[in-house]
Amino acid sequence: MADTTETPVQGLAGRDADLLRFATAGSVDDGKSTLIGRLLLDSKSIFADQLEAVEATSLSKGYDYTDLALLTDGLRSEREQGITIDVAYRYFATPQRKFIIADTPGHVQYTRNMVTGASTADLGLVLVDARQGLTEQSRRHAVILSLLRVPHLVLAVNKMDLVDYDQATYEKIHAEFRSFATKLNIPDLEVIPISALKGDNVVERSEHMGWYSGPTLMHHLEHVHVASDRDLVDVRFPVQYVVRPKSDEHHDYRGYAGQVAGGVLKPGDEVVVLPSGMTSKIAGIDLFDREISEAYPPMSVTVRLEDDVDVSRGDLIARVNNAPQPSQDIDAMVCWMTTQPLRPRQKLSIKHTTRTARALVKDIQYRLDVNTLHRDQETKELGVNEIGRIQLRTTQPLLCDPYSKNRTTGSFILIDEATGVTVGAGMINSGS
Amino acid sequence: MSVTHADYRLSQLDQLEAESIHIFREVAAEFEKPVLMFSGGKDSIVMMRLAEKAFFPAKIPFPVLQVDTGYDFPEVLQTRDNWVNRLGVRLIVASVEEAIANGVVVDDGKTSRNRLQIGTLLNALEEGGFTAAFGGGRRDEEKARAKERVYSHRDEFGQWDPKNQRPELWSLYNGRLHEGEHMRIFPISNWTELDIWDYIGREDIEIPSIYFSHQRRVFERDGMLLSESDFNPLRSGETVEERTVRFRTVGDLTLTGCVESEASTIPEIIAEVAVATVTERGATRGDDRFSEAAMEDRKKEGYF
Repeated sequence: MADTTETPVQGLAGRDADLLRFATAGSVDDGKSTLIGRLLLDSKSIFADQLEAVEATSLSKGYDYTDLALLTDGLRSEREQGITIDVAYRYFATPQRKFIIADTPGHVQYTRNMVTGASTADLGLVLVDARQGLTEQSRRHAVILSLLRVPHLVLAVNKMDLVDYDQATYEKIHAEFRSFATKLNIPDLEVIPISALKGDNVVERSEHMGWYSGPTLMHHLEHVHVASDRDLVDVRFPVQYVVRPKSDEHHDYRGYAGQVAGGVLKPGDEVVVLPSGMTSKIAGIDLFDREISEAYPPMSVTVRLEDDVDVSRGDLIARVNNAPQPSQDIDAMVCWMTTQPLRPRQKLSIKHTTRTARALVKDIQYRLDVNTLHRDQETKELGVNEIGRIQLRTTQPLLCDPYSKNRTTGSFILIDEATGVTVGAGMINSGS
Repeated sequence: MSVTHADYRLSQLDQLEAESIHIFREVAAEFEKPVLMFSGGKDSIVMMRLAEKAFFPAKIPFPVLQVDTGYDFPEVLQTRDNWVNRLGVRLIVASVEEAIANGVVVDDGKTSRNRLQIGTLLNALEEGGFTAAFGGGRRDEEKARAKERVYSHRDEFGQWDPKNQRPELWSLYNGRLHEGEHMRIFPISNWTELDIWDYIGREDIEIPSIYFSHQRRVFERDGMLLSESDFNPLRSGETVEERTVRFRTVGDLTLTGCVESEASTIPEIIAEVAVATVTERGATRGDDRFSEAAMEDRKKEGYF
């Protein structure tokens, strides 16, 4: 079928390949779209008809080059304005891995979209323009990635071709960023000099930067070890749905369906159901029509218990001596996402794992300046795209962990009760 | 699923499956009246399989809805019926022909059945009182779809507002609705065409026979190979000939083209898809060729 003029390898990830989710960040003109275009192009993930469409549009706009950004800006208004407004998700694969890119906008006013993209990312990719060095924007993005506990960070020093592939320029940015990063929580940092436009150190090793001995960007993306980032110790199983067939064949079946958020569950384990505190043993774990011997993150399974205890959606199954404390007082960092500011005494809906409750804003402790990391304690409200530390009182106990320990049981969203819109993203420091 | 890896690693296909099942369960738990849009095509078959797994050994706790254009492939309708019967789910058919007869949508002889599906679908959702409709849309299909959320909010007119989407964080989906609004749910957003085929192969499940190589009487129009049929009168200069073809997507047969192919097994299809240089929509969907923003415009009106 179709014509096969070259030997493309679209989406070669084999069945055993794993998945890496990464979020891109960087200022508007740092070459993010070009880099994404380059990764897609060089991994043969751009199809002829897509490329033709982009070429045709570039031509009709009077450009003398093919604007790869047109590939990633999917909406009419984005193409009109030539900017990325909203997060888009892109896919490509190599024989090692499948990749999901959360392509997030660089504009200051879209911090919330950056938070959205980073919330599910294993790795954050921050671009800087080698000519400009670190900007406020690159620092801000690094801060957000560290707040969101994205475990791996890559600083790609782009446009090296425009500084004559100068090692000193790269070293200076590298050193400056390392010193800045010591103030943040970034467990794994890689700094790579590239030219997205020319393809240096993106997929192919650059011939112009003999002084650089580190990996190419693609090699790093393919090999960075993400499996160990999950918590395999502390069992956390938020109950999502109770499976009760009530059919003749499965008359007494009662299973608790959910996605494992932490630890390894095994039949025979003694468990506690929260918040009731009732204990039981795991009778069996079902994966569709098979019984399995272990379940771990991020598997979606159905757990059966030996005793007929009362368990419903919103409850959480944990190990007897290793359970989170149910708490109605939550201390958290929150990113505010709507123009109506967040103020003390405000009432909101809160969704945490599979539990929904109402929350009262008891205090706004400080607003974090994401450029300087300064904690502004004077301001008692959070505007759109601002991040701050707040205290909440909830109507029901939440079964939470610190976000630093578990990204699933440590996160929540806030919903405006009148409009139904998601207005805040929260990361729990602690319950008390 | 391989479950006893020493390092507790899930393959990417297993991760995608786990994520999709999570979404199905979330919707079933939080929405009053969900429905699964089921065309009988490969993506909606994978959706059915995932829904089957999500609630097993219980039955799928919502009905399925097919929008019948009147121009559907008989092989696809047969597969639809086989799936519905095997799983014992309720099938609701929303017919474009009926919608035309009842004045719900207007057939001016120029508008494609694909576009007439929009009004027919919205009417069926409203009549059924459905608050959530699962669709098999994938973000890799099209650039407007790349911007789509897993939970896609639709106003009381069924419209999508791409500039005003709810932020979607972690796996915490917000299903809050006002009266008359509904949510479109896309559990396989993160799957690619190749993932779908890998999964169909791994699960060994029934798909319509027209996805496999077969002999068909076809003619060429606008660079696409279309099926000879009474619904699709030949225009001057068009001639019918028999070719060895298969379909990459299935939809309204007057608009869905096939491609020449010898691939008659899933592994052969996978091998073929892996080296394809043209997207499935670019190759075979007439409805996306109208303008650069054809999909975005249809989605804004209420298309899935």
